Amino acid sequence: MKGVEVTAQRVSRSYGDFKALDNVSVQIKKGEFFSLLGPSGCGKTTLLRIIAGFDFPDSGSVAFDNKDILPLPPEKRQANTVFQTYALFPHLTVYENIAFPLRLRRTDKATVEQKVMEYVKLVQLEGHINKKPSMLSGGQKQRVAIARALINEPSVLLLDEPLSALDAKLRQNLLVELDLIHDKVGITFIYVTHDQSEALSVSDRIAVMNQGKILQIGTPYEIYEAPATRFVASFIGETNIFPCTVLSCEAHGEEFLLRLDVPQLQDEVFVTDFEAQEVGASLDFTVRPEKIRISHTPPRSNNATMNTFKGIVEEPIYSGFQSKFFIKLEKEPSTLVKVFKQHTVFLEEGPEIQWKDTVYVSWSANDGYLVKDTEQ
Amino acid sequence: MKRILKPRERERMLGTLYSAPMGLWFTLFFTIPISIIILYSFLKRGLYGGVEWEFSLSAYRQMFNPSFAKVLFRTVWISIISTLFCLLIALPCGYAMAKSKHQTFLLFLIIIPFWTNSLIRIYAWISILSSEGFLNTLLKNLGLIDQSLSLIYNNQAVIVVLIYMYLPFAILPLFTTIDKFDFSLLDAARDLGATKLESIIKVMIPNIKSGVSTAFIFTFIPIFGAYTVPLLVGGKDSTMIGNIIVDQVSKTRNWPLASAFSMVLTLISLIGVFWMLYSGKKELHQEKNNQQALEQNIKTHHSQRGKK
Repeated sequence: MKGVEVTAQRVSRSYGDFKALDNVSVQIKKGEFFSLLGPSGCGKTTLLRIIAGFDFPDSGSVAFDNKDILPLPPEKRQANTVFQTYALFPHLTVYENIAFPLRLRRTDKATVEQKVMEYVKLVQLEGHINKKPSMLSGGQKQRVAIARALINEPSVLLLDEPLSALDAKLRQNLLVELDLIHDKVGITFIYVTHDQSEALSVSDRIAVMNQGKILQIGTPYEIYEAPATRFVASFIGETNIFPCTVLSCEAHGEEFLLRLDVPQLQDEVFVTDFEAQEVGASLDFTVRPEKIRISHTPPRSNNATMNTFKGIVEEPIYSGFQSKFFIKLEKEPSTLVKVFKQHTVFLEEGPEIQWKDTVYVSWSANDGYLVKDTEQ
Repeated sequence: MKRILKPRERERMLGTLYSAPMGLWFTLFFTIPISIIILYSFLKRGLYGGVEWEFSLSAYRQMFNPSFAKVLFRTVWISIISTLFCLLIALPCGYAMAKSKHQTFLLFLIIIPFWTNSLIRIYAWISILSSEGFLNTLLKNLGLIDQSLSLIYNNQAVIVVLIYMYLPFAILPLFTTIDKFDFSLLDAARDLGATKLESIIKVMIPNIKSGVSTAFIFTFIPIFGAYTVPLLVGGKDSTMIGNIIVDQVSKTRNWPLASAFSMVLTLISLIGVFWMLYSGKKELHQEKNNQQALEQNIKTHHSQRGKK
């Protein structure tokens, strides 16, 4: 496996009173496609700029394969960056842009030509090599930037929101290509994004960041299915979150079955979790909208730990392959529960569930989970 | 019957109307005087100044006098050196200003000297550079020198004061282009392996070329025609073309020769302006080509998609 292991330890960086990075530690494996995900201002770009060498931490260390890189200027680091704004040199052609790093090292002409054409091919830009950047579309510009960053054969490729300036369709295509390029070159990719769907679809692992801290590091599946904090649960995908108090907690095989008091649902809710909780503890209960079943009749279940609520469809949002419903609960009309339903069968009279229908929403105990609110 | 003008005709008429004051101004104070100078340069000199109305090329023949050639040569090298120093100082100044948070304040500082008449500022330099002046007194008091240095009335003094006078004209156009420059390109160059110096030479300079050529023309042309600075701080071997013209008009009273030298100055300035227009046009032309190519690019892209 090519690439290096990137280790950041206890990295902090402040701008005046603003803590951009607060004691951040992360270990990125060799050849991994690693994403830093978070809202704008969460510190992800600062961390990337520190790794690239454009910013310097107030404290902490950054190492490539256990070698401290902080004393090195950007041009001496085995990392290259793909910038959000492409940062292509406007006075040079596509060919010369990609050849720029080689020209700096005074590579001989034949090698330059051979390598440039190799990378032009990798990013599928044949036929555009004599154009100036102003003649290219956004997607083509980004391909040039990727080829230019890869031609030095760095050990780490840093991608700073590389697709955010492109339209949605193109973004999806380029994302797949980026993944293929990663498979081909095999080096460590560090990908900064605020778009959770981008991060989920290509990353090997994701670090979710907020307010200068890393809240959770894990595979996309772990991050989505077992969020560690309230922030992660609400930032990744959509979910229903309600504050709750633990009423009882009993061991149930390897898991624990908890009974919760959820004031916003005006009822008790059952949930299973791998961790025991103290009775009386205040936590947040959350359940993903796609895990909730919706039907006109109460679900026939002999499971006592099934959670079922009656309500009225307040707001159906049709989006082709699925619908999103906001259900106003009968017992607590101020609470809206978000539910997704896939349209698997075609019905002449329109979607099965309509506006103002009386419905039952239900989920089993192991579809919900508990999260802590660590930010406050 | 009243004729109704089509919009385009109206526009054309209005355009003429709007440009009338400007046209009048240029005709009265620019075209006519220049024509007179061109005319005079081809006439015979009058005995007590003025001209005699007889065609003659003697003014141009007199220019090829070795003593004038020396002055012309000196004018060229003093102008080139002063201009180069102006650009070399203005480049980091413009860079610092573009990067600064206090741009308005710094611009204000550059404008301040213009509130004082240039002659007064030159006299200020005399009091700084003269043998009993500020600089010599300071150096003596610090014990660095025993005897006054001759800092004034030589070519170096001329160059120093010329740089001082025309530096703002180099800083302002450079500042405006550097301000528009995308600094992330420097980050990109560093990232790709360039040292700081390499990134500036290979990426920044080519992208601020238009500012550099504007700054060059804004400083070179006035310096080339300078006459107060060499007159006041220069020595007897610091005369420049501007001084010859003044002398020919007021002392030697050879108006045709003064006109001929003015023609030389004007021609050199024109060359500069045409060069600037030409390079500007080339850039514009390129931009247009790029735009067309982009449209073509998008079109073929769509048609290819259509086929799929």
